[in-house]
Amino acid sequence: MTLSSKTRDAIAGYIFILPNMIGFLLFLAFPVAASLFLSAAEWNLITEPIFVGINNFIALFQDSYFWQCLRNTAYFSLFSVLLGIGISLFLAVLLKNPSIVLSSFLKSTIFLPVIFSSVSVALIWQWIFDTHVGMLNHILAYVRLGPVPWLTDPHWSMPSVIIVAVWRQIGYNMVIFLAALQGVPQELYEAAEIDGARPLRKFWNVTWPMISPSTFFVLVTSIINSFQVFDITTVLTNGGPANSTNTIIMMVYQYAFQNFKMGYASAAAYVLFAIVLIITAFQNLVSKRWVHT
Amino acid sequence: MKSTSTMNRLSLPLKIWTYSLLWLTAFIMLAPLFWSVMTALKPNAEIFKAPYIINPATLSFKSFADVFQQAPFLLYFLNTLKITLSCTIGVALTSALAGYAFARLQFPGRDFLFMVYLATMMIPRQVTLVPMFMLMKQFGLIDNHLSLILPGLFSAFGTFLLRQFFLTVPADYDEAAKIDGCGVFRRFTLIMLPFAKATIATLILLTFMAVWNDFLYPMVFLNSEVERTLTMGLAIFRGDADVQWNILMAAVIISNIPILAAFLSTQRFVISGVSLSGGIKG
Repeated sequence: MTLSSKTRDAIAGYIFILPNMIGFLLFLAFPVAASLFLSAAEWNLITEPIFVGINNFIALFQDSYFWQCLRNTAYFSLFSVLLGIGISLFLAVLLKNPSIVLSSFLKSTIFLPVIFSSVSVALIWQWIFDTHVGMLNHILAYVRLGPVPWLTDPHWSMPSVIIVAVWRQIGYNMVIFLAALQGVPQELYEAAEIDGARPLRKFWNVTWPMISPSTFFVLVTSIINSFQVFDITTVLTNGGPANSTNTIIMMVYQYAFQNFKMGYASAAAYVLFAIVLIITAFQNLVSKRWVHT
Repeated sequence: MKSTSTMNRLSLPLKIWTYSLLWLTAFIMLAPLFWSVMTALKPNAEIFKAPYIINPATLSFKSFADVFQQAPFLLYFLNTLKITLSCTIGVALTSALAGYAFARLQFPGRDFLFMVYLATMMIPRQVTLVPMFMLMKQFGLIDNHLSLILPGLFSAFGTFLLRQFFLTVPADYDEAAKIDGCGVFRRFTLIMLPFAKATIATLILLTFMAVWNDFLYPMVFLNSEVERTLTMGLAIFRGDADVQWNILMAAVIISNIPILAAFLSTQRFVISGVSLSGGIKG
């Protein structure tokens, strides 16, 4: 054993990352590359794959079902992200005040839906949204509203899905915002108060810029997650009524595992990937204007 | 100074608004859960009857027993537990090892590898769905729990989390042990790991929740009833005709009891873990 400690450290380093690297190459790098290759093929899992170049993408862009799924996904993403961030930030600002009684109980309660599976959450809400016997329409009837066809009308179905997603998401965002708010130096608020700043002004000039890195993180991850919505729409509405809640990942699932069009499904998944990548890159660019570092 | 700041003293109307909004939100969070419990505790004949709050005279636990009679939920539960525990232990181990190496060991190509790794965190997992299915088919693992366990043993997020943590441990501890003649492996297990306990606990809980609640991948990789996970079993149970709402809600409650128990006993770690993940700046 004449190896120097430096060499031994290096060898250990490679051994330590080895399990992770195997997993990374096999279950991430390879599938990502393979799906690009697949997106240029026509394949039903049984006969040999046929190379079709960019035909899958051309067919995809002429497929009205694809556009509908994309529109639905964008609709879901826009509102679930904006509401999910707006409401959770507002709640975090309210809860941050140290004089709030029972603040940790409130925090845990608002966080609670985060821990349940989206399948369970969707089932509970399906029962609540029931047009005739659901709790929501029952409550609305007290104030002489409704009954609202939450899940059975194409105009109401997506808002209903968004309600459920936001309900499940705000606790998660709120906890991140609370941590960020905790990190804002108290002196900044005191200085702003000496200058006579009112609460709204303090928020815009002190809180907002100081927590912007966390806001950016929540925004990016929320958008990425929202574009992959599958569980809630599958269980709550199964894409209906009239395809009003079918999303891109549901379409990928249907094409790949119900119609066995592997190449076409991969192409759709890649378009989703490209969209997420472009949005993230764009946010990164714009972030220089509003994210305080 | 802090407590005398006007920031902390709300005027009365502001106080009323703050409390009303917070308690209203708490109510909106709890009401659906409460109602699902109420529904599960009703006998069949009472489900569609107002008042929607349970009549204590008709309180019934029968729907909980019916769940197990109508579908093998105990089996689903054991399947989910097996997959979740395997993945959770795997992720904790591989992430701690790689996190330590990326943070503290010098080897050629380390920083480049880490950057590549970090970039992959951005890739939506669903993009790999189709090739992963083919890969598992090649391996002959379709309808086998290994198709979920094997890819679930690694986590780029976990590696990143642990690396960031190990960077904060003062290098002196590592150096001192090195001078005392400790090898890399002993330095890692005896000195660094104990420091990382809280971060590893956080990672374990976040992984546990994610795997326990996963739905898309089980739906794609598993077919037969005996292999089903809880989320999959629940969704299929719902799809079956004639399932009563009280029995369905009982199934939902049963399948979430473990995760609720885990959360209630460790919420400090879960919540600190979530705030931790938000504090990571790429």
